[in-house]
Amino acid sequence: MGRYFRDIYISVFTVLKGMYVTMLHFFSKSVTVQYPKERLEIPKGSRNQLLNIIEDCIGCDQCVRACPVNCIYMETIKSFEGDELGETSTGRKKSLWIPSFTIDMAKCCFCGLCTYPCPTECLIMTDVYEYSKHDRNDLIFEFADLDPIKAAELREKDAIRKKEKEAAKLAKLKAKEAAAKAKAEKEAAEEGKTPEKKPEDNPDKKTDNSGEENS
Amino acid sequence: MTETLTNPVLTLLRLIPGVETLSDGMQVLLSGFLAGVILFAFIAVFALYAVYLERKVAGHVQDRLGPMEVGWHGLLQTIADAIKLLNKEDFAPKDVDTKLFTLAPFLVFMTALSVFVVFPYDSQVSIANLNIGIFYVIAISSIAVPAVIMAGWSSNNKWSLFGAMRSAAQIVSYEIPVGLSIICVIMVVGHMGMQEIVEFQGGGFWKWVIFRSFPFNFIAFFIFFLGSLAEVNRTPFDLPEAESELVAGFMTEYSGMRWAFFFLAEYGNMLAVGLVGAALFLGGWQPPFEFLSFVPGWLWFILKALVLIFVQIWLRWTLPRLRVDQLMYVCWKVLVPFAFVCIIGVGLWEVLT
Repeated sequence: MGRYFRDIYISVFTVLKGMYVTMLHFFSKSVTVQYPKERLEIPKGSRNQLLNIIEDCIGCDQCVRACPVNCIYMETIKSFEGDELGETSTGRKKSLWIPSFTIDMAKCCFCGLCTYPCPTECLIMTDVYEYSKHDRNDLIFEFADLDPIKAAELREKDAIRKKEKEAAKLAKLKAKEAAAKAKAEKEAAEEGKTPEKKPEDNPDKKTDNSGEENS
Repeated sequence: MTETLTNPVLTLLRLIPGVETLSDGMQVLLSGFLAGVILFAFIAVFALYAVYLERKVAGHVQDRLGPMEVGWHGLLQTIADAIKLLNKEDFAPKDVDTKLFTLAPFLVFMTALSVFVVFPYDSQVSIANLNIGIFYVIAISSIAVPAVIMAGWSSNNKWSLFGAMRSAAQIVSYEIPVGLSIICVIMVVGHMGMQEIVEFQGGGFWKWVIFRSFPFNFIAFFIFFLGSLAEVNRTPFDLPEAESELVAGFMTEYSGMRWAFFFLAEYGNMLAVGLVGAALFLGGWQPPFEFLSFVPGWLWFILKALVLIFVQIWLRWTLPRLRVDQLMYVCWKVLVPFAFVCIIGVGLWEVLT
């Protein structure tokens, strides 16, 4: 019987206590904000949308290599003789054309690893966090400001240069080979033993392989 | 018949030219129709702003702001919600018992509405001043039980059936302590008419029934309040709806305007319970002090009811839900014995003084 009354006392008391607590909350300030109208300040060092200040970018490719999810795409073309690319704001000379610098924010995992290696500090995390889009393709952000006609021109020039370079390389290689061949022939003419070694080695290897296959 | 003929709705109706030429029966019929329209508008407007109050109180209890966008501080939010509900498709699932399914929400709302007929809104102002007023209220509110079971059974859904069963068990059980606590009032007043009960409490707040034969009627008031909370299915006794267990109880399959009728009935019942509490225990339209009698009586009546409704909402956002066995424990082992003790106490008090 005593417990019965104690239970009633406790329940009435705790209900009143609970009502007192909730009454205090009537007068306390709201902890929420009317979001689109008022916003909380984002903490320093928070990681949101990426921004590349293309004027400062030297195209060093370090961010592309740092990215763990491969969401940064960069195309660089070496400058040609006589191109004036200017300097970054920190006084560093630019030597690469950047026809495209794309970041796919749909893939981005907001680790921030791309911002640390940037030598000119041009790739930064901004405080923009509302950039939801209806189409996933709208989340691919292009930062390069190069004129597309100019970019196409550069690509063409670059392709020609690459071809030339390759041709030169090929020629060089051929010359080298020819030189080596001539040298070998010269050596072979001097000593008759060396060319005989190769035929001896090859049969040995063949037998070894066949033996392994049988077992 | 004479009482019905002098009711305020009929006098309102007689303002329309040509009504006097109709027969008495026709006039009573028309006045009933008019009363229904007036009460419906009253309950609908109240429900709109009770929902708003509920959401605001909920918000501030949880350190939020509640609705803020539609209108000034969200004042038009529930109107927008109501328009949305009106626009919804009149939809019934495939396997429901269509007749009962469509009938149930209107029956529930009808009981909520017809209770309002006997309330004493002001001195000499009540739509039907029955001499068994409070008995009528108890009797009519019982019709809600079969209506709720109809809703739950016809929905052909487990959640609905569970909710309906719980609701029936709960309402039937809690009618007993509520009835017993009302008996305490009737013993003090000696009359069952609502208008007479309120008139009895005139002349200062210490004459109100809640302070008569202290503390028995005081306890009776709390028994009545708790019991009525359970009867209108509000937290901590909202097991029939129990959105975390039963989706929405007997309302699960309802949508659009049919659901809105359940909702309207719920808030109408809230108001009804508040008004009954105000009339029986807190002096109805009587002002708490004589010098405050310049304030119209209906305002006092509504204000007292609103205080009770505010406490209901406050309790809802404070307390968790009771378990079924706890619910029955509170009813049968706590409220009923205490109500009996109150009856005995009031009876002795009345005999001895």
